[in-house]
Amino acid sequence: MDEILEILEGLDLDVDFETCDTLVDDGILASLDIVSIIAELSEEFDITIPARDIVPENFNSAEAMYAMVRRLMDE
Amino acid sequence: MKNILEYLEATASKYPEKTAFSDGESSLSFGELLSLSQIGGTNLIKRAAHTAGKPVAVFMKKCPETIASFFAVTYAGCCYVPLEMGLPMHRVRRILGKIDPEIIICDDSSAEKCEELGYGDRMLTVNELFTGRAGDELKTAREKSIDIDPVYIVFTSGSTGEPKGVTACHRSLIDYASSLCPVIGADENSVFAMQVPLYVDACMKEILSAIKCGSTVYLMQQSLFMSPLKVLDFLNTYKINTVCWVASALTLVSGLGAFEEGRPEYLKTVCFGSEVFPVKQLRAWQKACPEARFVNLYGPTECTGMSFYYEVDRTFEDGDVIPVGRPFDNTAFMLLKEDDRPAAQGETGEICIRGTAVTLGYYDDPERTAAVFTQNPLNPHYPELIYRTGDLGKLNEFGELLFVSRKDSQIKNMGHRIELGEIESCACMFEGVENACCIFDKEKGKLYLFYMGAADEKALRGYMRNELPRHMIPSKYNRMDMLPMLPNGKIDRKALMEI
Repeated sequence: MDEILEILEGLDLDVDFETCDTLVDDGILASLDIVSIIAELSEEFDITIPARDIVPENFNSAEAMYAMVRRLMDE
Repeated sequence: MKNILEYLEATASKYPEKTAFSDGESSLSFGELLSLSQIGGTNLIKRAAHTAGKPVAVFMKKCPETIASFFAVTYAGCCYVPLEMGLPMHRVRRILGKIDPEIIICDDSSAEKCEELGYGDRMLTVNELFTGRAGDELKTAREKSIDIDPVYIVFTSGSTGEPKGVTACHRSLIDYASSLCPVIGADENSVFAMQVPLYVDACMKEILSAIKCGSTVYLMQQSLFMSPLKVLDFLNTYKINTVCWVASALTLVSGLGAFEEGRPEYLKTVCFGSEVFPVKQLRAWQKACPEARFVNLYGPTECTGMSFYYEVDRTFEDGDVIPVGRPFDNTAFMLLKEDDRPAAQGETGEICIRGTAVTLGYYDDPERTAAVFTQNPLNPHYPELIYRTGDLGKLNEFGELLFVSRKDSQIKNMGHRIELGEIESCACMFEGVENACCIFDKEKGKLYLFYMGAADEKALRGYMRNELPRHMIPSKYNRMDMLPMLPNGKIDRKALMEI
């Protein structure tokens, strides 16, 4: 979870990533950000995030990203 | 033909029931589009009869009614200035300040903002615009209009931070539509998915195809591009057969693995442009849509949109540059060297464009207009304007034009034209910033800001976030005691690049 927060903090946005759960819905993350988050998550956790997982629900909060990463690591 | 409304009128009488524009929620047939535009035009004339030829701001979200508002403004004999909440507010403020519109057409997305910006008394809601019926006023307005009257003013980023309002007339748009539609292959069977926002000239590709050829256009919301499979879904749900997207939007779909899950089943024409499309991504699209034609489009807003095209007809290797190709019909170009002499075969020169598609210039900005809309230096005999793009190009062995680089510090990020100078001048307006230099890391697609002065990094960050759109916000800030200088007094960008 800390690694994910670190990646998000790196985006330098004015938001509390630990609590915010509308990162996509409120337009805080733009599609450009998603692209860079995907690249960093893939590298950090050595996973491939398939297109079907690239949906707002999986990126709305750090928690959701964490859950997705764990699931993909188990697969 | 002298007015683009003639396209709309002819198409509306040929296909009155056919869908012209839809965003999935609301749609307008060609008949409805025509009728709304005429009602709106009548209301605009009634509200301010003396505004003919003057700018009217259309501050609305991306939906079919916005396009009807554009044509309403055209019916009133005025020119429209498209604005949207997605634009940075500092730019909206400057644009409104510059054009000083008597009327701002707003919808529920923008009404509050319009009040807040101090233009509440000039607001006309879209509901008011489209209430009532069309009147004889339209006929009078049309009789007065001639083909060099402006249709729109579209603002682009300017290096001093002051946006430039590119003003385009009927004649240029008619010329553009006539040469563009055959290149795209637009006809009454074309179904477009429009990716670009309505406040850029790029949306004219779809709008002109619709009104000239009877094509149907589905408007896509930016949020769709958060998820590649939803984009695919959209393409297949609406049986989209034609797209004209910025290269990064196409890359978003192919680069994030969407084609492992599905493919666009109906696509026949894929036009890409506005920035370099990596060969690897082109191949991914070609594999997913083996039946489709792929066309690279290139051109500046100052020449009404696109001026060159190249239909992919051979295989490219990774790292190859896809040519921008040949000029549109009735458009010509020359490559000029620093001394204004033509570049020799294979030599690099500035891409300069001639033709009816060259726009009228920048609104209320004679200086910056004169700097780039200049007399053709190869023709000393009579007045003839060319547009100097600031892009460097050269011809390859097939006689196709290749884009080489920019002459200045303009860059492209996600299809947006960005002047690094605009970011710098924005930073310099913050108290405690004496000087600033912005660097673009092409590989990472990131912007870095170096600045001099007492300003706190965090405070500067917060300020920039408020003032600029996402794609223009630097991701790293570096305070320096002194910015490195070149002997000529300019900031040494190369030295900063190495930090």
